[in-house]
Amino acid sequence: MNFEIPNFMLAMPEIFVLGMACFILILDLFLSERSRVVTYLLTQATLVGAFLLSLGLYSSARELTFSDSFVLDPMASVLKLAVYAAVFMVLLYSRRYLRERGMFRGEFFVLGLFGVLGMMVMISAHSLLTIYMGLELLSLSMYAMVAMQRDSRVAAEAAMKYFILGAMASAMLLYGMSMIYGVTGSLELGEVSAAVAGQGSQLILIFGLVFLMVGVAFKLGAVPFHMWVPDVYHGASTAVTLYISTAPKLAAFAMLMRLLVDGLGALQPQWHDILLLLAILSLGIGNVVAIAQTNIKRMLAYSGISHVGFLLLGVLSGSPEGYAAGMFYAIVYVLMGLGGFGMVILMSRAGFEADQLEDYKGLNERSPWFALMMMFLMFSMAGVPPFIGFWAKLSVLQAVVDANMVWLAAVAVLFSVIGAFYYLRLIKLMYFDGPLELSPFRPSPDVALLFSVNALAVLLIGLFPSSLMAICRQAMGL
Amino acid sequence: MSFEQILFYLFSGVLVLSAGAVITVRNPVHAAMFLVLCFVTTSALWLLLEAEFLAITLVLVYVGAVMVLFLFVVMMLDINLARMREGFARYLPIGGIVAATAVGIMGLAVGRINFGLDVWPAPPARAADYSNTRELGEQLYTTYVYPFEIASVVLLVAIVAAIALTLRTRPGTRYQKIEEQVVVKKSDRLRVVQLESEGRK
Repeated sequence: MNFEIPNFMLAMPEIFVLGMACFILILDLFLSERSRVVTYLLTQATLVGAFLLSLGLYSSARELTFSDSFVLDPMASVLKLAVYAAVFMVLLYSRRYLRERGMFRGEFFVLGLFGVLGMMVMISAHSLLTIYMGLELLSLSMYAMVAMQRDSRVAAEAAMKYFILGAMASAMLLYGMSMIYGVTGSLELGEVSAAVAGQGSQLILIFGLVFLMVGVAFKLGAVPFHMWVPDVYHGASTAVTLYISTAPKLAAFAMLMRLLVDGLGALQPQWHDILLLLAILSLGIGNVVAIAQTNIKRMLAYSGISHVGFLLLGVLSGSPEGYAAGMFYAIVYVLMGLGGFGMVILMSRAGFEADQLEDYKGLNERSPWFALMMMFLMFSMAGVPPFIGFWAKLSVLQAVVDANMVWLAAVAVLFSVIGAFYYLRLIKLMYFDGPLELSPFRPSPDVALLFSVNALAVLLIGLFPSSLMAICRQAMGL
Repeated sequence: MSFEQILFYLFSGVLVLSAGAVITVRNPVHAAMFLVLCFVTTSALWLLLEAEFLAITLVLVYVGAVMVLFLFVVMMLDINLARMREGFARYLPIGGIVAATAVGIMGLAVGRINFGLDVWPAPPARAADYSNTRELGEQLYTTYVYPFEIASVVLLVAIVAAIALTLRTRPGTRYQKIEEQVVVKKSDRLRVVQLESEGRK
């Protein structure tokens, strides 16, 4: 048999992250409790190193290796860079939070790095098998991270729900993949795509597609496969929520693109309808149910579900412009989600989680600067110009209108107007209600600085959105 | 009907029945034993497909190792069956309708029309000296080396997660100090006492 030695250079970031994760895992054993910060610093250094490696490997070409099961294209490079940046910020945000709760342990960082590796594998996957392996690596790390807070009953329940539902979604995904493998005779996405295009009867392919979509929709948290999202976001400690609500969405977006566009591109009319249903339901249920929440983590979870609806709108239009808009939306959502849950971390302190909406009452009197920063984030999530969230929504709607679905754009706008209610309610609580506690608000300086940078980035990128948009368009070959 | 077909239907029938029994029998130990039966019949089906290595691995790994552990755990846990069955009757109608519809549609899709022998003819049988294990090994370490490596990382994460979730260091836990045990000398533990022998009275 002929075997080609793979081009390991393309997978250098993956190899680097894996090597460092194993090194940190062993080094952590020999560290005393006081020098645990070394683990943290090394983890951050790993992310920086991977960022530089991926940046160095960036090219506009599309290269395959490892018997075509690994792909490096501009989309993969950009999404990987975004993942490193997002996880870097997550760890920066959560350092103090973890310390205060006795969760500042080596396993948290090691699992976080393995999760990053899983996301990288998913983003660069070019075969059904690699997509699945990356997804399992990511999911397993996340289940463990949710369960790590062992003395909390809510966290244990959240981890259990997440694990069982996640296992079911993986089973659905695998079943769908096995059907597609059975009909096309290949796991490699290029061959799958060629076989699908030349297929006479598409019944089995559509059958497989339905199961694939169930798995993907679960991982994205799209309605009606969203039941785990609020429970897990609520039950997990805020640092873990910050992790699972941001970077994995980028990986899930990549998985959606790889499966639907790279693999089953010829079935676009079929998956268009499925995505349409998922998107409308996510927009509707996400925005309406968020209004009824009193817990801010649950509210942000439902808000995340509605954002996923928007992201799907970009993909379902089926044009490169739409995919670029979807990718732009995913990156912008991650930036806003970091700010949203970062806000909860900023407000929390030892023994106080700050996860009720009431805790934000009268924040303006206690700290006008942070109230202003939070207002920026809420306006951005609601899609008010000039913040970045507005441009993300606009580009998606543009793609939808270009695909001759003006009614769908109208529905999306209607639901985001409904959704604006609960973002504005938080602003009302901060500015027009009296505070429940009068002590001055003293956040830790590092988190405060990071949060301010995050919120100002939402404004500044919103004022100059063209460069980020150009990166996304370039990644989709436009 | 050929002999293989008879065997196939026999094993498939036992498989489906025992899978049903896994979730319906009252005793959890019986459920675990039915799961063992499921694995054994599945491996028989794989033998029919000439996938000998996979069939043997399934028996060795799942029946031999996983299910034994599973039985240990089931016997150690105090499972309240009455509570687990709560709401079974309440959810049965809606669950039954959903399950029946799904099975019906799936049966239509993967049934004889799309997967019958006339659509997908059976592959020709391999020669007697064909080594299934060798082919699998070659593929695993060449074409599929990348997913194979990731699978090893997944296992590593499973170990890390399992230890992180179960290892608890409590104050006052007693440990065995092996290095002290090894360097111990006779003089540390043993005191030879000279006793005057007493004469018979």
